[in-house]
Amino acid sequence: MKRSASQLNRRAFLGAGALTVAFAMAPRALAQLPGASGGTAVRPDLPGDLKSTPMLDAWIRIDAKSAITVFTGKAELGQGIKTALIQVAAEELDVDPGTITLVTADTARTPDEGLTAASHSMQDSGTAIMNAAANVRMLLTNAAARTMNVAPETLSTSGDGQIHGAGGKRLSYGEIAASLSLHVEAQPNVPLRDPASYRTIGTSWPRVDIPAKVTGGEAYVQDLRLPGMLHARILRGPSSGTRLKNPPIDAVAKMSGVVKIVQNGAFLAVVAEEEWTAITAMRALQAAPFERTAPPLPQTGVVETLTRLPSRPITVLDAAGGTAVPVRTIKARYTRPWLAHGSIGPSCAVAWFKNGEMTIWSHSQGIFDVRRVAADLLGLDIENVHAIHAEGAGCYGQNGADDVAADAALIAHELEGHPIRLQWMREQEFGWEPLGPGMFVDLEAAMDDQNRIVAWRHDVWSTPHNTRPNTAGGVLAGWEVTPPFKAPEPQPIPMPEGGGDRNSNPLYALPAMNVVYHFVPEMPMRTSAMRSLGGHMNIFAIEQLFDELAASAGIDPLDLRLAHMTDQRARDVMTLAAERFGWSARPRGDGRRGCGMGFAQYKNLEAYCAVMMEVEVERETGDYRVKRAVAAVDCGQAVNPNAVANQIEGAIIQAISWTSREMVTTKPTHLTSFDWGSYPILRFSSVPDAIEVHIVDRPGMPFLGTAEAGQGPAGAALANALAAAIGVRLRDMPLTPVKVKAAIGVI
Amino acid sequence: MTLTLNVNGQTRSVEADPATPLLYVLRNGLGLSGPKYGCGLGQCGACTVQLDGEAVFSCLTPLAVVGERPVVTVEGLGTGEAPSVLQKAFIYEQAAQCGYCIAGMIMRAQALLDANPSPSDAEIRAHMEPNLCRCGTHMRILRAVRRAAGSKNAETEAVR
Ligand code: FES
Ligand code: FES
Repeated sequence: MKRSASQLNRRAFLGAGALTVAFAMAPRALAQLPGASGGTAVRPDLPGDLKSTPMLDAWIRIDAKSAITVFTGKAELGQGIKTALIQVAAEELDVDPGTITLVTADTARTPDEGLTAASHSMQDSGTAIMNAAANVRMLLTNAAARTMNVAPETLSTSGDGQIHGAGGKRLSYGEIAASLSLHVEAQPNVPLRDPASYRTIGTSWPRVDIPAKVTGGEAYVQDLRLPGMLHARILRGPSSGTRLKNPPIDAVAKMSGVVKIVQNGAFLAVVAEEEWTAITAMRALQAAPFERTAPPLPQTGVVETLTRLPSRPITVLDAAGGTAVPVRTIKARYTRPWLAHGSIGPSCAVAWFKNGEMTIWSHSQGIFDVRRVAADLLGLDIENVHAIHAEGAGCYGQNGADDVAADAALIAHELEGHPIRLQWMREQEFGWEPLGPGMFVDLEAAMDDQNRIVAWRHDVWSTPHNTRPNTAGGVLAGWEVTPPFKAPEPQPIPMPEGGGDRNSNPLYALPAMNVVYHFVPEMPMRTSAMRSLGGHMNIFAIEQLFDELAASAGIDPLDLRLAHMTDQRARDVMTLAAERFGWSARPRGDGRRGCGMGFAQYKNLEAYCAVMMEVEVERETGDYRVKRAVAAVDCGQAVNPNAVANQIEGAIIQAISWTSREMVTTKPTHLTSFDWGSYPILRFSSVPDAIEVHIVDRPGMPFLGTAEAGQGPAGAALANALAAAIGVRLRDMPLTPVKVKAAIGVI
Repeated sequence: MTLTLNVNGQTRSVEADPATPLLYVLRNGLGLSGPKYGCGLGQCGACTVQLDGEAVFSCLTPLAVVGERPVVTVEGLGTGEAPSVLQKAFIYEQAAQCGYCIAGMIMRAQALLDANPSPSDAEIRAHMEPNLCRCGTHMRILRAVRRAAGSKNAETEAVR
């Protein structure tokens, strides 16, 4: 009898539970977008991803010994989601979070919750787990009431995993669970615990993954070691759209320690017993020249490159209104080059093909898509592909994760029985990962004589922000094998989430707004999702234009924003940031120092974030540094305030890096940014002296995604601070010292 | 060939070509997960270990030059159950997002603290300069190093 790792795992797992019955998943739909649930909504009346996976035992199982296992289809990407989800489950089950084991994205064990992306995990999975846990607590209480023969209202919980009755009577969850089926659908509107008596939510419970990460525990897919595991390296030209010309395959195949050269069409990989042998063999093969297979890379700037390509205009907003007469119009163009995700750890996957079944460990954000892609690529029945999420280095969007998972599966398929570990090299990650799209925005706004903004026009241009694969036509290996798989036509992500147009609709109350997204489907350079998608660019532009308008009217940039903002939560974060920053007493631009702010509600749907920064410029060189940054964020109920602060601090530093110094560089034949020397990022000497993150407390309010909320406001705050400091506005990223120096001129 | 290494206080013999970078022997031959491959170019510090007390890029250090000089990886400082002072400080400050850079950060910082138990903030930053973090955990890493140093400069920069 054939038994896959997945079957064994499930069997081992099922054997341990008292409550487990038939497999609890519902059928799923294929189509998905970042942040959307992976399944069809079978119960639209339920909250979060209970809509697509309503069975309680798909989320929570309790064994007879009261061991609690919680399942999520979302994955840990370094954002601390494991910890936050455990906290949510613990709160609503009313148990110690330490008693919960969390299982993350695994095609054999967890609900398909689509991608872990777009700051959606707390809304989708957190909300589902919260309500599932409340349902389970209710069922446990009702069952205990029956056993004790009392009314459920007389029973209570106290955080210790027991149901307490009058006169010291109590039953542990395990005792009750032993004879209770959780294979039932969740009910809507089950009472949640009162936020005033929260024990776990709202506390900075230490992250569960950090101890292993600081002591060398096996924390990453890179650390997975399986019996008989072989090491593979992939052979490609220097970047997307190139391939090696006649690599010396025969000579390398004979090298000692080389197990196999895997070749299928243009797909080429070397497998060796030792990792270093695989790398040495790869280097020998790479000594071959390369050729370009795609059209030459454009050597023009982002505006020329994008406007030369066919584009499709998508109207985002077309609101006319107001009768006031404009007296002052400002028009400006803002640009961003192509950016790299730049994970510190190049993408990696482990694949094992055994007895006709493929198991893949991957750090992809879409583990169910890894499964679909591999099944399609290898012609395997989807049931025979098992994909398991294992952490990698932070990805910040679609890096090489999905490609390397398909690469590893293809290699493992050729070497049945051997687990294959494949890690890309540094230059392969830079050369082949989908990039964050180059973009530009044309903005025009007009004010009346009362300093009211009366007209607003926003045109944003970009190549696709979503080319995430769910077939073999979405990954590199699929394009290389014979016969090749066809890449699907890229589609824009519709608003309200949006792709290139994400956050192009200002939250400000403006009477007339006209916003158009010029979607450029053709990609001279392969692009896909990068943290905050178009949000970084659009907010960079909008928030700078606010400062330009304020300057032209001679009013404070914060006042202009508040004068056009009716959303109280938005006003609150701006006001809180201003208070903590000391905005009203800030150093005014003196050629050397300056302060600026940026605000957005991510997607106009998620966390509200205001960032203020002070920069200091060295006039002699144009070099500058952010002295301090203060952020205020409202993410609804903050499950773990320290983890929220961690995300926002990280977003601020990453956005300073993107905005100030990053740019993918090219020659007609290939990308020339291939390492940390040719693609420098922010280092310790350049990070701010201090970053403060202040969280607006919103007890019991719905979760709002936070992980990407800081990118746009931080980029804008930097540009505005710089403009305040030097008195000249820079609108083309990266805002390099060279540009600053040119703007300052000779001193 | 068989080579003898001194890793985390233990003598270990490994079967490897002397040209092999230490990183691969630590990870694969000796099963240590702390040192990470980040670039293989001496540009990111993910692979940082202590060699003879100094922080080095293990991705660029061939076995042949290691000899029997002591190598310390993050596993040699402490364990999940009994973390070292510096590891405890990283946990206390929750100084990790993805954490991929962190073992290298800890090893570079340990080399500083061994040589200079109370470095100034400027000294810490200058010393940590070779190591990259893409998640933007820098402020927390600096706080953790300061905390471990018990430096007078320790201050709280973020809401806890
Ligand atoms: S892996 Fe050694 S410095 Fe990057
Ligand atoms: S914590 Fe992710 S790279 Fe540093």
